[in-house]
Amino acid sequence: MDVTSELYEGTLDCVHCGLCLSDCPTYLDTGRETSSPRGRIYLMRGVAEGQIELGPGVADELHLCLGCRACESVCPSGVRYGALLERAREQLVDAGLRKGQGPRLERLLLRSLLARPARLHAFISAIGIVRALRLDRLARRLLPAALANAQALLPPIPPSPLRAPLPSWTPAVGERRGRVALLEGCVMRELYGAVGRATIAVLTRNGFEVVVPEGQACCGALHAHAGDLSFARSLAERNVVAFTEQGGAPYDAVVTHSAGCGAAMKESGGWLPGRSDGLAALTRDICEWLDESGLVAEPGRLELRVCYDDPCHLVHAQGIADAPRRLLSAIPGLELVPHAGASDCCGAAGTWSLGHPEMSARILDAKLDAIEAASPAVLTSGNPGCLMQLRAGVEARGLAIRVAHPIELLAEAYGMAVPGQR
Amino acid sequence: MPGVRPPQEAPTSRSDAELIAGLRRIVGNEHCLTRPEDLFAYGCDALTLDAQRPAAIVLPESTEQVASAVALCAYLQRPFVPRGAGTGLSGGAHPTPGAVVISLTRMRRILSIDADDRIAIVQPGVVNADLSAAVAHHGLFYAPDPSSQQVCTIGGNVAENSGGPHTLKYGTTTDHVIALEIVLPSGDVVRVGSDTGFAAGYDLTGVAVGSEGTLGIVTEVTVRLSPIPEAVETLLAIFDDVPSACRLVGRIIESGMVPASLEVIDRRTIEAVEASVYRAGLPQDAGAVLIIELDGAACELQAQLERVRAFAYEEGVRGLEVARDDAERARFWRARKGAFGALGRLAPDLYVHDAVVPRTKLPEILEKICEIGDRHRLRLSNVFHAGDGNLHPNISFDRRDPDELARVIEAGREILELCVAAGGVLTGEHGVGNEKRDYMGLVFDDVDLDAMRRLRDVWNPDGLCNPDKIMPTTRPCMESNPKARGYDAVPID
Repeated sequence: MDVTSELYEGTLDCVHCGLCLSDCPTYLDTGRETSSPRGRIYLMRGVAEGQIELGPGVADELHLCLGCRACESVCPSGVRYGALLERAREQLVDAGLRKGQGPRLERLLLRSLLARPARLHAFISAIGIVRALRLDRLARRLLPAALANAQALLPPIPPSPLRAPLPSWTPAVGERRGRVALLEGCVMRELYGAVGRATIAVLTRNGFEVVVPEGQACCGALHAHAGDLSFARSLAERNVVAFTEQGGAPYDAVVTHSAGCGAAMKESGGWLPGRSDGLAALTRDICEWLDESGLVAEPGRLELRVCYDDPCHLVHAQGIADAPRRLLSAIPGLELVPHAGASDCCGAAGTWSLGHPEMSARILDAKLDAIEAASPAVLTSGNPGCLMQLRAGVEARGLAIRVAHPIELLAEAYGMAVPGQR
Repeated sequence: MPGVRPPQEAPTSRSDAELIAGLRRIVGNEHCLTRPEDLFAYGCDALTLDAQRPAAIVLPESTEQVASAVALCAYLQRPFVPRGAGTGLSGGAHPTPGAVVISLTRMRRILSIDADDRIAIVQPGVVNADLSAAVAHHGLFYAPDPSSQQVCTIGGNVAENSGGPHTLKYGTTTDHVIALEIVLPSGDVVRVGSDTGFAAGYDLTGVAVGSEGTLGIVTEVTVRLSPIPEAVETLLAIFDDVPSACRLVGRIIESGMVPASLEVIDRRTIEAVEASVYRAGLPQDAGAVLIIELDGAACELQAQLERVRAFAYEEGVRGLEVARDDAERARFWRARKGAFGALGRLAPDLYVHDAVVPRTKLPEILEKICEIGDRHRLRLSNVFHAGDGNLHPNISFDRRDPDELARVIEAGREILELCVAAGGVLTGEHGVGNEKRDYMGLVFDDVDLDAMRRLRDVWNPDGLCNPDKIMPTTRPCMESNPKARGYDAVPID
């Protein structure tokens, strides 16, 4: 961080008013200025201006942040906190402040596992086998804490048909309204194949031809959040090619069914200035796209009491709060019940919960209290990290609440027999 | 992926070691912060000029812990500074070098709510807006509503005697606080006032509210709650210029009406707000917008609304919008309350001034304030509580530019002198802090100031409790307490 950097310029947007404090999960948990958005921005500025050293304390505070970006939703001064955090974390890596076992393991897993579909597939299969043989308890004892936590968070591994690649081309049903591309995602593909299939089903039913372009890569969100911006850039470059430079005529939209991926793609213009602007402009969350283009097929009845919990990277990073609620409300018979703190982070935050299990549990607890009070039959959210965290929380409390992506309910309302999962 | 590691920096001197060891015994390691990052982050509140570094920060969770920490500081003759959310604009929570910051953010429980007697007892770290939210289902609210109410604490409000847009009708914090528990600078815990609102003897609650943390640390607050009015009407009156908006304010007040709120936002501020997340559809070509809020019994309100409408047209209003529902009303208020932060879009820093003038002089004073801004080549904007003459001239600047910073300070001085000469005072709601202490001489003579100093010295005889605030340092007989001043600053760098 130095005073000529883009990062430093970004910190100057903050006038230290403090309106972000009450929306920051780590400030609320600790009561500490240093663990608040305002505090972190001040640290970044302080480092750049040479008032404090770039040391382990700064590194800890920047990695204690969940990156939920709730602060951006309330910042009157328009600080682009998420972008600042990514750049600052990159500099922590460059400065050799991310050396321990945890960071090394995280980087290794993100680069060599998450971004490699075949390896990820084999890895998830292996977990399925371990669980089937009931060896997971033993594994929990043998694995490093973070990995054991990760294993516990994973939902039941879906059957292999649901983990097969999505069809590369699916025709529109009825009158063709357009042609969209779908980002398959890494975790989404392995653990939420039903959501991918539901997404295609709802899109085609509403007149969109769906292409799942070859050569697409992981969106790079988790890499960027971990400070590995160079790897995130290389992934974004592959997606620019896959989604904007091949496949004939341009797509009407590049649709994502994961809030984290959508936010990363929309902001990839910041990673690859000039190069990724086209992809960023085309990207739409599935709920956003359906809301924008309108449903042409009438959903059938679903007599369900449903809560919708905002993924941070949809409501805060993309500013989308109404679209998913409008879509769910369009289902006849479905009762959408509000719950307190719907736009508060659930404590998953990508890989964050693995490194901060205790604080994550406290944050999740508040969320579950609100959900329990609303007592829905289904709890919906549109991001894999949130789905995992919420499912694990609901299960731990023994609540009879199904956790699903909103698009799954919409697909069911269309009468599609999508093999669901809890 | 480690969590935040426990504070482990080596203390910088022997007396620091003793202090920090003691503080850790009181609040526990986790809640005593001494890393350089913490000392840096707690160097200032929302006034970023003149930041200093404390020796440690403690986050106690009980009155007993506050009292012990204060007693330790008193024993070691170490200055200490109470802090809420750090949203103050006069540097009231700025530490002196080597001081201990006592942060009350973990004491955030609402201890009791008595809906029938309309009182609540809260810890000082309770967030202002959270209190109103917690009592809303009783049909009650906590009236003082500073713009930072979503984050600022009741304890901080008590220290600064905070106001807000609704001060016009509902008064400031002092009108809503009836009893306090205070840890005195000696470490003794006292209770002042009573939960009935009546107390025999000296009105010590009145003394403590607005004392800016210089008389002790408030650890419990009994507040009065107000009934949510039966009906509310919120209007936006759009004008070509600020003086016209001020004239309508005068007409409304002189007619005998008591609106809940009369707030003016000028063009530059409108532009900033409309570029922010708090945009409310304010017309960007308007010279000024006046927010008028009327509340009370539904049967009276319609007649008031018609009168306001008639006055507005007589004063040449360009447009008049009435909030259609609570959502739209909330949008208007978010725009107003996000205004300061939104002005952050114009430059890296914002100097939020605060002064009060007789309401009738608003048009001429505002004109002169704008002249001062122009003369110093500064970007000045105005958002203010017009109904009670409480001005907030805001200057956008860059603190890295020493020449501009000097002009900001000079313009600020001229604005204050102007307001005082017009019969006004130095601050309406932000407090004196360390920001304006050297201007106290503009409104008080030596005898006045000496009376204040002697009052402070009764509870804070060693001057350890929030030193260097309120009382001026520039005049010989008003020097701050020698013990506090003579304290050897701990070298931190």
